[in-house]
Amino acid sequence: MLDHIKQFASEFFVTGDPLILGAQVSIALATVAVVFVLTYFHKWGWLWREWLTSVDHKRIGIMYIICSLLMLFRGGVDALLMRLQLAVPNAHFLEPEHYNQIFTTHGVIMILFMAMPLMFGLFNVVVPLQIGARDVAYPFLNSLSFWMFFWGAMLFNVSFIIGGSPDAGWLSYPPLSELSHSPGIGQNFYIWGIQISGIGSLATGINFIVTILKMRAPGMKLMKMPMFSWSVLASCVAIIFAFPILTVTLALLFLDRFLGAHFFTLASGGNPMMYINLIWMWGHPEVYIVVLPAFGVFSDVVATFAKKKLFGYKSMVFAMMSISIMSFFTWLHHFFTMGTGADVNVFFAITTMIIAIPTGVKIFNWLFTMFRGRITFSTPMMWTVAFIPCFVVGGMTGVLLSVAPADFQFHNSYFLIAHFHQVLIGGVVFGYFAGLYYWWPKIFGFKLNEHLGKWAFWFWNIGFYVCFMPQYFLGLMGMTRRTYTYDFDMGWGPLNLISTIGGFLMGLAFLFQVWQIAHSIKFMQRDTTGDPWNGRTLEWSIPSPAPLYNFAVLPQVEATDDWWETKEKLAAGEKPKPQGPIEPIHMPKNSAIPFVKSTLWFFAGFGFVWDWLWLAIPAMIGIGICMLARSFSYDTDYYIPVDEIRQTEAKMRRATV
Amino acid sequence: MRRTKKWHRAAVTAVLVLTAALLSGCGEQLIVMNPKGPIGESQKDLILIASALCAVVLIPVLGLTAFIVWRYRDRKGTKASYRPNWSHSTVMETVWWGIPIVIIAVLAVVTAKYTYALEPSKPIASQQKAITIQASSLDWKWLFTYPDQGIASVNVLHIPVGVPVRFELTSDGPMNSFWIPQLGGQMYTMSGMAMTLYLQADEAGVYFGSGANFSGEHFADMKFNVDATSQTDFNRWVNEVKRTSPALTEAGFEQLSKPGTTQPLVYSSFPDGLFSKIVSKYAAGHSHGQSEPGMKGMNGMDGGSGTDMKDMDMKDMDMGGMDMSSHQMNGRQAEAGTSGHASH
Repeated sequence: MLDHIKQFASEFFVTGDPLILGAQVSIALATVAVVFVLTYFHKWGWLWREWLTSVDHKRIGIMYIICSLLMLFRGGVDALLMRLQLAVPNAHFLEPEHYNQIFTTHGVIMILFMAMPLMFGLFNVVVPLQIGARDVAYPFLNSLSFWMFFWGAMLFNVSFIIGGSPDAGWLSYPPLSELSHSPGIGQNFYIWGIQISGIGSLATGINFIVTILKMRAPGMKLMKMPMFSWSVLASCVAIIFAFPILTVTLALLFLDRFLGAHFFTLASGGNPMMYINLIWMWGHPEVYIVVLPAFGVFSDVVATFAKKKLFGYKSMVFAMMSISIMSFFTWLHHFFTMGTGADVNVFFAITTMIIAIPTGVKIFNWLFTMFRGRITFSTPMMWTVAFIPCFVVGGMTGVLLSVAPADFQFHNSYFLIAHFHQVLIGGVVFGYFAGLYYWWPKIFGFKLNEHLGKWAFWFWNIGFYVCFMPQYFLGLMGMTRRTYTYDFDMGWGPLNLISTIGGFLMGLAFLFQVWQIAHSIKFMQRDTTGDPWNGRTLEWSIPSPAPLYNFAVLPQVEATDDWWETKEKLAAGEKPKPQGPIEPIHMPKNSAIPFVKSTLWFFAGFGFVWDWLWLAIPAMIGIGICMLARSFSYDTDYYIPVDEIRQTEAKMRRATV
Repeated sequence: MRRTKKWHRAAVTAVLVLTAALLSGCGEQLIVMNPKGPIGESQKDLILIASALCAVVLIPVLGLTAFIVWRYRDRKGTKASYRPNWSHSTVMETVWWGIPIVIIAVLAVVTAKYTYALEPSKPIASQQKAITIQASSLDWKWLFTYPDQGIASVNVLHIPVGVPVRFELTSDGPMNSFWIPQLGGQMYTMSGMAMTLYLQADEAGVYFGSGANFSGEHFADMKFNVDATSQTDFNRWVNEVKRTSPALTEAGFEQLSKPGTTQPLVYSSFPDGLFSKIVSKYAAGHSHGQSEPGMKGMNGMDGGSGTDMKDMDMKDMDMGGMDMSSHQMNGRQAEAGTSGHASH
């Protein structure tokens, strides 16, 4: 009996690696600590009522942001481990298999569990406020989306202490990801972790399209909508077309592995090329999905801190929507070198480089928003200004990669690694940081410490260039991606060492940000104005943090930067716009179903990963019951009475005045 | 403000120092930019042309950014103009839609031209007849078979200088990518199909080659040296391999194809039609007329002629090599690969 348990435990838990053992111990300790604190301070009820069952978009947004920052830490530690391994030739710090697991999880986590939730976090906290709405279109679905993401991410993350991480690369090409070459269960974690969170992402895409199209404040025509909301619309359009492809692709891969199907195996007529086509039909739009909202952030930030109207509004809208659509015609450039022939390569080379045109136009528009403006360099603006040169250079190397015959030399090399980190860090990460710093006072009611923020900014930026510029050269020196070690005589040592130093500078920068947040929570003064940056759009017209119902009276929108125009008119001595009377506000009730149902998805996924049908089947039945329960629940909403709104407003306004 | 300025200066200095360090150290080591054959040469030219076209936009934009950010920063007593409601100019927007369109159009034409010219399966124009070498990526090593010479090698590749090499690529296992940066760009190796890649070395030397696409645990060990030598030395190497090395048997190949790494190996012969077998092993349901495996008689003959040439002097030897390879081309089994490729 004891032997059985030992046998099981040695397969169940990842053993034999001191780094992972350390992680296991610290995870166990952290869990115990969390449980202790919650119990000691009697916080379980609060956690359940205020957070786990909440359908408030602001709460959900905050949870997304917290998760993504934790994932940034995890993905960042992965990155630093890789950089340590590569710092010197012939290093034996990590075993090859461990290294392969780390780069696989680094890629998946950074794209799907860091960038995506940070993006959804910003969607959630900003979009309804920016368009003058009281919530998203489907608050219950929104909560479900978050918890599906959360449990999918957790399922993916437990793989490194339980069962073993996937190690076939972040897009897991077959046949490497098939049972024949990856018999372990890491690949199952990959499939189910992404699958579960992917369903949540698709639902979010639908939710925000409907929110933006149907819930805008009276008078806010589409062409008067703030640019961030436009970028969310562009991004969500791409999400609803791209994510179903991912879902189907992973489902087929799972059928291959689980039921012995042959969709992607050469035996019995399948074809791995089909997987590669499908995964990139999702994967390439995916990078635009994450970068488009960053473009929206920059547009709002640059107008605010240059104290000037956004230049070329119509161009910006047209550029973003065309990027959203054109991103679906570029997938093949990921395999120019698979012998598809010159005709196909030329077509996709040109469709790929065409995207540079609207992107370039946006850069000019941002520059000319600053032109004849009055630029103040607060942290959101610093990230925006730093983004421009970084993204322009990264974009240009992207154009080089799109030149098919040249790509034969860049493909799979460190040149490629440098390129996509430059556009993803320079575009997405810088953009979301700008957004986070910008909207932080709206979310939490206080600014983050600017001084520490600037330290973080400079460490991030210097670290970035020190880390990734050498990698362009390493690529031209023949170093390929996913190489776990290299010989001394290749001459790759010095540049790799520099790159590693840069990586650690970025690690330090992250620590500065953690310090910044902790310091600000303790010491920063509450923002009583609700409008600390002198903003231009509706979210700054209400107190921070926004009350549960956002707007006591829905605003009547007249101009593009309506709040700015209102302030201008007030300053010119005009009377404030007459507001309608306060009426009872219709709100959704909290629900436990999203949390419970997603938790059941976690168990179902875990069951499928281990081929434990005794766990998976009951969990699936539970999921069905949750759906039934929801369809039979009629008591899902309530009204906030006028008196309560008056009281809240009075309290908030007193605080704000 | 003071502090920011100081940091600016530090950042700029750091970048300059870094650039200088980079540029001084590795001119020779940037092997992609230091090609030794016509394909790599063309690709380098294309990279430079494309970079120059990009620079046409890049440099002004970087300059403009620096200027605007500096000029319009908010400070006391600034003389820069401020027009908070100026947000549209048809002329300017036309310009910056127009310039990228023109540049991308030029780049598209250049790209199309080069894509057709450098299509990997297109033979290299040459007086010399191409030599065929078959490369198979195994877990985790490269197997090279030389059908015309009848020999095989693992993790080391010998080619004659100045002769186009017609690589046929496949994989026994996960896909990989065959890359010799100084000779030209990479091509994927995929099981169940054979792809063609023409490369050529114009100078004798030892070049770095690697598997560029991740294929599992020890993929990083899938690197090999490419020994480009004169035709004479190549022939001498072939003969020496034939004389002194063991044969690669069916059983030996079975052993080789199991996951694992190895030092470079050479074999005096290999099983008939090994490459076609590797390709067709995975091509069940994709039978598109693989041709007959290579001819054993030819292999024998190569050895013979090679031995004869051993005593010749340099010039004659080169000529002899040329004749020999043209002779061999008639009987090569190469078409098997091409048809397999075309079927996909």
